[in-house]
Amino acid sequence: MRAGPWAPSVEGGVPVADKRMDLDDLVGELADGMTIGIGGWGSRRKPMAAVRAILRSDLTDLTVVSYGGPDVGLLCAAGKVAKVVFGFVTLDSIPTDPHFKAARQSGAVETMEVDEGMFYLGLLAASQRVPFLPTRSGLGSDVLTLNPSLRTVRSPYDDAEELVAMPALRLDAAVVHVNRADAAGSGQILGPDPFFDELFLGAADRRFVTTERVVPTEQLSAEGPIQTMCISRLLTDGVVETPGGAHFTACVPDYGRDEGFQREYVAAAGDPDAWAAFHERFLSVDEAGYQAATREAADERAAAKAARATKEDA
Amino acid sequence: MTGTADTGVTRAEYCAVACAEVFRGDGEVMASAFGTAPALGARLARRTFAPDLVLTDGDAALVDGAPPLGARPSSLVYESHMPYRRVFDVVWSGRRNLIMMASQIDRTGNQNISAIGPHARPRAQLVGVRGAPGNTVNHTTSYWVPNHSPRSFVEQVDVVSGVGYARAAAAGPSATRFHEIRSVVSNLGVFDFATPDRVMRLASVHPGVTVDDVVAATGFALVVPDDVPETRMPTPEELELLRTVLDPSSLRDREVPA
Repeated sequence: MRAGPWAPSVEGGVPVADKRMDLDDLVGELADGMTIGIGGWGSRRKPMAAVRAILRSDLTDLTVVSYGGPDVGLLCAAGKVAKVVFGFVTLDSIPTDPHFKAARQSGAVETMEVDEGMFYLGLLAASQRVPFLPTRSGLGSDVLTLNPSLRTVRSPYDDAEELVAMPALRLDAAVVHVNRADAAGSGQILGPDPFFDELFLGAADRRFVTTERVVPTEQLSAEGPIQTMCISRLLTDGVVETPGGAHFTACVPDYGRDEGFQREYVAAAGDPDAWAAFHERFLSVDEAGYQAATREAADERAAAKAARATKEDA
Repeated sequence: MTGTADTGVTRAEYCAVACAEVFRGDGEVMASAFGTAPALGARLARRTFAPDLVLTDGDAALVDGAPPLGARPSSLVYESHMPYRRVFDVVWSGRRNLIMMASQIDRTGNQNISAIGPHARPRAQLVGVRGAPGNTVNHTTSYWVPNHSPRSFVEQVDVVSGVGYARAAAAGPSATRFHEIRSVVSNLGVFDFATPDRVMRLASVHPGVTVDDVVAATGFALVVPDDVPETRMPTPEELELLRTVLDPSSLRDREVPA
């Protein structure tokens, strides 16, 4: 645990727990073989600093449960993943993630591929501590044939409908990234979509929120309206302040997706030498090193663009 | 060539109008549309014969009216908050009409966006099944295929993501209860399942395309009626909307070249 400038609330005379920790503390809570839920959606508000910390660790044999984006791709590329539970893996502005594609096409990872609504119900069931939730979704599709462990259930009422019994997606750990949080673990999402972050935390035994900025509790109301404070401290065990922690995915309104860097990521993935260089520059360094290197890369792209413009004008 | 040369209407414009027709008669439902022609079709329908349609901003909101393609967020009039969690409420309530894309589509209307080849080790990993399994058994779904070929129109898809008629029937009444694959629109024509055994039928060819062209580009035995009409012409109002309001920079021609 690390001391910071914000004293936990002492309203009523007794301070609430200070849950602040750093990325190494977070990774220290994880173990080989765990099932880990990762919040966000596609290439949006992914806890990428935590993913990068996992990449630097010795962790292996993970089951990753994710509305997948580059988090899944990077973990696959690093050989951390035994199994992916997903409905899609996409970079949004680029339809697929090259590393996930490579991992799948070489048969390197096991899968549980489900409808994205079934995925939601799996997290909800785990959050509610029920074994499954019924849904029409999945019936007739190969989701059922590809996952023979999935069962259907018959309604006990007069309709007698047969529905998919989506099993609870119980997680050993979950990590989500939010715009603001306080030291006690209340999280605030200032962008337009909270996605399913609350349910990832609800479904998990160990629950981590990474954030752009830790602020005093009383500051949250100044940052955004009450409905943006959608992660309660009931759902968090640890808080990590990590500015730029969703980069290169979008974390609006703090920053949009770094499309230039995402293209660089995809281009590098296509060539072993280019990937080795990318890894050396961006992933073999610590989080501060990553942030510095990506700023430098953005400057280089801007300079190259300016040079091209000058050349065209000439 | 017929039609196209005479009227100046491009293939992409026929596709947009064919996609608009998918939304006719549904009243107050949420329109979701993937791809340029479907996005234009939903907007055209909203501005003409389907004024009750509800459009999304493609992010987490419902918007008033039918803004042009690529409209800046600051120019949008928001109607309602629609984060993904709430999208599923709409999907499961059935108040949605959707045009998805299909990497593969087959004779009975199964769609694949998951993987090409065996699922355990695919030749090509695609995006994943996404919401296709749930969409197809919960509300009306149609497909847009901008590159009609024997590789996209196949006898049997490799991974059933969106559920077609035969698979829904085999799964039973819970699967068929709200199931409707309304249309398949491709760059060559419009298709439906208005046949006794619910297999794909050629409903119309876009002007400039022959029935033989369509049959040759389709990897299964398509039902071809004796008389195949041409896809309807856009009205002057629709053409004006497409060209000057909804897509002045002609993004549609990049998806379906003129």
